[in-house]
Amino acid sequence: MKKFKKPPPYYLPAPSRWPISGAVGLFLLLLGIMNIIHGNWYGHYFFMGGALLLCFVMFGWFSAVINESLLGLHSHKMTMTYRLGMLWFIVSEVAFFGIFFGALFYTRLFAVPTLGGLMGSAETHAILWPTFKAAWPLLKNPNPQLFMGPKAVMPALGLPAVNTVILMTSAVFITIAHWHLQKKQARQTHFFLFLTILFGILFLGCQGYEYHEAYTKMHLTLESGIYGTTFFMLTGFHAAHVTVGALMLLVILIRSLKGHFLPEHHFAFSAVSWYWHFVDVVWLFLFIFVYWL
Amino acid sequence: MTQNHKSMLALISRWLFTTNHKDIGTLYLILSGIMFFIGGIMAMMIRIQLYRPGITFIDPNFYNQLVTLHGLIMIFGAIMPAFVGLANWMIPLMIGAPDMALPRLNNWSFWILPFAFLILLSTLFLPGAAPNFGWTMYTPLSTTYGPPSTDFLIAAIHLLGISSIIGAINIIATIINLRTPSMTYMKMPLFVWSWFITAFLLIIAMPVLAGVVTMMLFDRHFGTSFFNAAGGGDPVLYQHLFWFFGHPEVYIMILPGFGIISEIIPTFSRKKIFGYTFMVLAIASIAFLSFIVWAHHMFTTGMALSAQIIFMYTTMLIAVPTGVKVFNWVATLFRGAITFETPMLFAIAFVILFSIGGFSGLMLAVVPADYQYQDTYFVVAHFHYVLVTGALFSIMAAIYYWLPKWTGHYYNETLGQLHFWITVVAVNVTFFPMHFLGLAGMPRRIADYPLQYTDFNQIISIGAFVLGLAQIIFLYNIIRTIFYGKKATSRVWEGAQGLEWSIASPAPYHTFQT
Repeated sequence: MKKFKKPPPYYLPAPSRWPISGAVGLFLLLLGIMNIIHGNWYGHYFFMGGALLLCFVMFGWFSAVINESLLGLHSHKMTMTYRLGMLWFIVSEVAFFGIFFGALFYTRLFAVPTLGGLMGSAETHAILWPTFKAAWPLLKNPNPQLFMGPKAVMPALGLPAVNTVILMTSAVFITIAHWHLQKKQARQTHFFLFLTILFGILFLGCQGYEYHEAYTKMHLTLESGIYGTTFFMLTGFHAAHVTVGALMLLVILIRSLKGHFLPEHHFAFSAVSWYWHFVDVVWLFLFIFVYWL
Repeated sequence: MTQNHKSMLALISRWLFTTNHKDIGTLYLILSGIMFFIGGIMAMMIRIQLYRPGITFIDPNFYNQLVTLHGLIMIFGAIMPAFVGLANWMIPLMIGAPDMALPRLNNWSFWILPFAFLILLSTLFLPGAAPNFGWTMYTPLSTTYGPPSTDFLIAAIHLLGISSIIGAINIIATIINLRTPSMTYMKMPLFVWSWFITAFLLIIAMPVLAGVVTMMLFDRHFGTSFFNAAGGGDPVLYQHLFWFFGHPEVYIMILPGFGIISEIIPTFSRKKIFGYTFMVLAIASIAFLSFIVWAHHMFTTGMALSAQIIFMYTTMLIAVPTGVKVFNWVATLFRGAITFETPMLFAIAFVILFSIGGFSGLMLAVVPADYQYQDTYFVVAHFHYVLVTGALFSIMAAIYYWLPKWTGHYYNETLGQLHFWITVVAVNVTFFPMHFLGLAGMPRRIADYPLQYTDFNQIISIGAFVLGLAQIIFLYNIIRTIFYGKKATSRVWEGAQGLEWSIASPAPYHTFQT
């Protein structure tokens, strides 16, 4: 592959077909989801078309950027842009999770106590559901006919604690992989990257098992009132992010096997490792506030 | 294929595939213009309905849909894309960057928008009709009682959010990374500073909106109970979360306007801006305060007294940095060699009329008074003063100010002044009487009203139609400038300072090198 001796100060890409295709893909995907919800027969076609198009775009667009990187078109300044982009993308993700935590805290501190007559005006409690008792985790909802509560609470010590250890260990592994990358030890890098992915998948497996237990044995579902709602939405979005993170790690492993990364030039590796640490930290908060306290 | 077809195809692919910040800026501005007129037509229909009491023109449910879509389209379709378009055009020119930092993502963040508005406008034609609960989408109106099209609104909002976040990341990366070496942070033009801070607001606020509408979607279809008290949730939670997005959003729509005015007033006063550092600090503190005032939108929904008092004071605190800004604009005018070209006229009108909107905002911040004003036309008057004579006037000022740089032609000054004077009179005829209606108790978002409100409503409707028609002069003037117009010099304005005036007019397709 031809390599430029010195990269241009800042590489400006030529007009590209990927963005507009990505916009169409996103449009079809969301349109598909909403039509599936509405039970329209064409929803699945839109969804599949959009998803395939988006996968194609991601593959093509990332390949184009990787090729530019391999051609040596990415100057230090260019790399800085990518780093800033990833950093602030993660900040926006923090805000996304933040609002779900905000909903959890508001529910626990204000909504449930008010319904139980423990704060604010007692009328809310007296008029709406006078027999309702505030508690957390909430097993008996204000209106059990509409929202039947769960039979049991997901214990923190047990599978969630094991999962915490698994995810934290995988965070250690990716850091070790990073050290080896910086020391140009390719085999160790690959090994620890592989272990990171393995532990990520293990985590997802445990999470899946936990969900299965919750649905089949504990009657803890999305529909079982605010406890089930916050539990599944928070852990569910986290699990979705772990899945995306694991896919990103897989791409990084493949690229690492192809020898794409140099000790001084490996933005993609750093970006994925930041992302992985981000999902770790979110998990710590989940473990504390959703499972434990 | 004939030659004609080929050039047609080349033209289409140029705009579809472009990675040039000037092209993308133009696309944003065109989209914003289209949405501005669509939203404007909705406003005109609202004003026809309200010209007389009684259900005279459209049925109440359709009226509610118009109110909802008018709000969503003007906020997300007209004001925000216009500011992003201006950012795309001007930030690289002002800081000496070769382009935006991520040109392909830039294209993506634009092209997501037309699809989002396609979905949003399609809701009008769906069974059960368009969303009818106001742009704030309060639960349970949008969950239990929302029409089926609400889900498509949610899809559109997700697209808008993705586009805004990508756009904001791009702007931050450009400003941090692509400034020309001598352009230190405290030498950046204030428009760049204002967008820098706005971009941070977008990055924090838009994911919040995405999260909230996701909860709404799950409450509607997957049995969750975030906003349903029967399952232990709370509809008021929706309002807290929405306004935690909503209040920063309000400043997203005004901070770039502050930046524009801070560019224009020095140019036509032929003086440097007064108190540059304080202007920067004021924007930053307004941005910070925007995250701790959200509950002033919901004083009447029920909240602890202590919380109401805290939110009242934090809200009033915003008047301090805003006052600093107004003071500095006036101080810049003081003893300047002032001329009154159209951008300057809009800028001065901005300072005066935005201040009126600011003052009515202060009145609304006072908790006991707010109990009276809540959900009346007083609120409508307030936010139209800050959004029309604030945000929109700053955009119009910016377009007149930079149009010669973009097109290489001067606009027609007579038409510009005509547009300004009709607009500034009509805007006050339209929105000032709303204060009186609100104080007299006329509720907002209702298709009908008692007889005693008729006179003021007729005045408002007439003002609104003049205001709407005056914008045709604006449109005509812009189109005329693109094709005819006197040749512009590279400096364009005698008192203009800054990098963007050092390059030719029209700005060449590629400008600076790093």
